[in-house]
Amino acid sequence: MPQLNRIVLDVLKPHQPSVLEFANTIADQHPNCQVKITVSEVDEKTETTIVTIEGDDIPFPAIAETISNLGGSIHSIDEVAVNNVVKSET
Amino acid sequence: MLEKFRFLFKLTSASDIARRYFVTNGFDGALTMLGLIIGFYSSNSVSITVIISACLGATVALTVSGLVSAYISESAERKKELNELEQALVKNLDDSAHARAAKLVPFFIAAVNGLAPLLLSLFIISPLWFSLLGISFPLNPLLLSIIIAFLTLFILGAFIGKISGRFWLWSGFKTLLIAIVTAGIILSIEKLL
Repeated sequence: MPQLNRIVLDVLKPHQPSVLEFANTIADQHPNCQVKITVSEVDEKTETTIVTIEGDDIPFPAIAETISNLGGSIHSIDEVAVNNVVKSET
Repeated sequence: MLEKFRFLFKLTSASDIARRYFVTNGFDGALTMLGLIIGFYSSNSVSITVIISACLGATVALTVSGLVSAYISESAERKKELNELEQALVKNLDDSAHARAAKLVPFFIAAVNGLAPLLLSLFIISPLWFSLLGISFPLNPLLLSIIIAFLTLFILGAFIGKISGRFWLWSGFKTLLIAIVTAGIILSIEKLL
């Protein structure tokens, strides 16, 4: 079964929670996921961020819900890496 | 659960606002009690029961006023902020932590704003309660209450000084000076009557 290993999201978020808290909460609620956030633009009330999540079998719907709970809005999915390596039986 | 509350409070800077409300309304409560007790002390002819009743009446009024006014203003402020954020994000935030904070934080701030004058006033009039219960003091209980009121106002000032990073003793003395000036005005007016 294909597994999502990497996803890059364009997320618009409020200033609060901060980028650090935002990343911490995602990582805290989804263990085995490595979260990297880059702020690309800062406006009066919001900031545009690039959220990169890496891990084995990333639960995207749950992550999207976490982002939404934190007030973030996913504008686009910019990159995905899906793995479907079949382990050969010896 | 506590972590969740902490997160919601941090999201809205609720702790800072609550601290501000605590000092503001606490100062109101303490100064009101000081004024009332000085008035009764200078008139020198009112029973402790009447003084406690009058102080409690003022305390209840300050508490209810603190609870209601803070809830109404904070609730409106949070709703406005949430609407502005929704417009900026072009997104409905009903299921977000921001909406939960907008509902919960006004209750917390209202509680702080209401409890500040209640607790400080009860602390200030505590010698009167004890006196009513038959516990005697080396000083007149009214005088003791006045001293506690001055001390409370000094501590509030010192607390403000500590928050602002200024010298706490100087800040404490400033609020104490305000209390002394208030007491002076009350006594001068009473002299005229």
